[in-house]
Amino acid sequence: MTLLNVVNLKKYFPIRKGLFGRVVGYVKAVDNVSFSISENEVFSLVGESGSGKTTIARCILKLYDPTDGKIIFEGKDITRLKGKDLKDYHRKVQAVFQNPFLSLNPRMRIADIVAEPLLAHMKISRNEARKTAIKVLERVGLSASLARRFPSDLSGGQAQRVAIARALALKPKLIVLDEPTSALDVSVQAQILNLLEDLSREYKLSYLLISHDLSVVRYISDRVGVMYLGNIVEEALTEVLFESPLHPYTQALLSAVPEPDPSLKKLRKRIMLPGEPPSSISPPKGCRLHPRCPRVMDVCSKGEPPLIEVGEAHKVKCWLYAKK
Amino acid sequence: MSFEEARLIFKLIRVNPISMTGLIIVTAFVVMGLLAPYITPYPEDAWGLTYNIEKRYLPPSLEHPFGTDEMGRDVFSRVILGARFSLLISVGVVGLALLIGIPIGLVAGYLGGRAGTLLMRITDMFLAFPPLLLAIALAATLGRGLVNVIIALAISWWPWYSRLVYVQVNSIKNLPYVDAAKIIGLSPFKIMVRHVLPNALTPVTVQAALDMGSAILEAAGLSFLGVGVKPPTPEWGLLVSEGWATINIAWWSSLFPGLAILVTVIGFNLLADAVREAMDPRLRKAIVMRRL
Repeated sequence: MTLLNVVNLKKYFPIRKGLFGRVVGYVKAVDNVSFSISENEVFSLVGESGSGKTTIARCILKLYDPTDGKIIFEGKDITRLKGKDLKDYHRKVQAVFQNPFLSLNPRMRIADIVAEPLLAHMKISRNEARKTAIKVLERVGLSASLARRFPSDLSGGQAQRVAIARALALKPKLIVLDEPTSALDVSVQAQILNLLEDLSREYKLSYLLISHDLSVVRYISDRVGVMYLGNIVEEALTEVLFESPLHPYTQALLSAVPEPDPSLKKLRKRIMLPGEPPSSISPPKGCRLHPRCPRVMDVCSKGEPPLIEVGEAHKVKCWLYAKK
Repeated sequence: MSFEEARLIFKLIRVNPISMTGLIIVTAFVVMGLLAPYITPYPEDAWGLTYNIEKRYLPPSLEHPFGTDEMGRDVFSRVILGARFSLLISVGVVGLALLIGIPIGLVAGYLGGRAGTLLMRITDMFLAFPPLLLAIALAATLGRGLVNVIIALAISWWPWYSRLVYVQVNSIKNLPYVDAAKIIGLSPFKIMVRHVLPNALTPVTVQAALDMGSAILEAAGLSFLGVGVKPPTPEWGLLVSEGWATINIAWWSSLFPGLAILVTVIGFNLLADAVREAMDPRLRKAIVMRRL
């Protein structure tokens, strides 16, 4: 069953200049993006910095108001939510951010950090909330003895577990994971990923994972969307995407993953895209990749390619796959 | 300021003789202020209720360590009791200014937008006046008296706190832990009070410690100019002013209250420096290195 449905989402940031803040243009951070997440599914958005993946996450978390489009959660459009409905929504959708030391208030004790969402949504005493918080902390693999510590007393992995416990405390339906492992040591990354995977199974959670780390994405997700300059250019089941990527950008992105096996390394061809991603203030006309695409055709600079269904749950935004 | 921070600050103060001097001066000042009525050798003189013509202009001696003034009152007793009024003024001015300045800076910084801009422009209007001049004008309008001095100084003081808090809040409100609080579904009020304000207070604490000294100095200035507390209140600035007329024959009646102001202000400055050092992680490291 579909839990979250993002329909034609747009987020433009106005660029203001001068004394009176005249709007001189827009940064089109997210431009017409649609995707959906089912219950108990892990959906990932990958792309380089500036591709708009975090902006989408912030729109879903109600930290930004989208410029246009709908975000439908459990059948209701949440873009205009207010009051009690908004509070209910916050109870069901939580988040874990990249740097745990920035996402935990340095002046609050661990138990209080995890108890805070409980106190905000339930009519319980501070003591009861703390007790529940300690249980959640134990579930994410932290000892109860840390409850009275401050975030600065913890290691990166421990702090990220606290952030996960805070997100988990209200038993949400969806957790947005914004680069949850990029700030951690490699050895700790695997532990956190395993924890997230166990939790999703145990609590029937859905994840929206935002990452630029393809190995993390491959390890944990069911389905992946690849973003480039505010668009999803390809969307497929994880295995399909990694085994047979169709979009030239996806192919280039996947070829950039380091191959640890030297004998396999020789066989692989690195696809290089020339230049840098253009600015999202004035993205290229037609297909946004065409100035850098190795397989560019005449049509690419003329019209924006449609999102073409090429297989089961596999969509590509590229003229190469348009039926002639 | 958390308990851990307070402990660390105390630790750093203890190892630094200069900071320790500041702490001792401030502690002595506070104790003197609290106990003043009980420790003055001549309580009636201290309150300025007496007139002993035969004891006028006595130079410092064992009996009158700071001498006596034109009314024959013991200057030492008056300086000690003066600590109580200076303490009242410094706590009153800084406390009242914080009470006005912090909420305005917090709300303006966190909410931003038109309401925030309006609040900060109002703050700027107050900042446009030279603070001492504004305080003099207000004190003169309100009339002489301790409470009026506190009000006049606090009104010229709060905009500085509100600026300071505003700047802090602006940098804190975009940190991920504030986003996390929003995602939990906390109200803006709770986010401001629980997550933003506690993290914005560090520089305010330092500034407030510094200003305790400055408030005494400015209140003394007002008294000296004749728009401060009412005589015969033994406020230090007023004592300096009263002794000024007879400086040629009794230098002590101005000098000792002046020294009291000087030492107390220096004490607060040294203490504020120590607090600032202890709260700045880079300086904290440098201090630890210096000790090694």
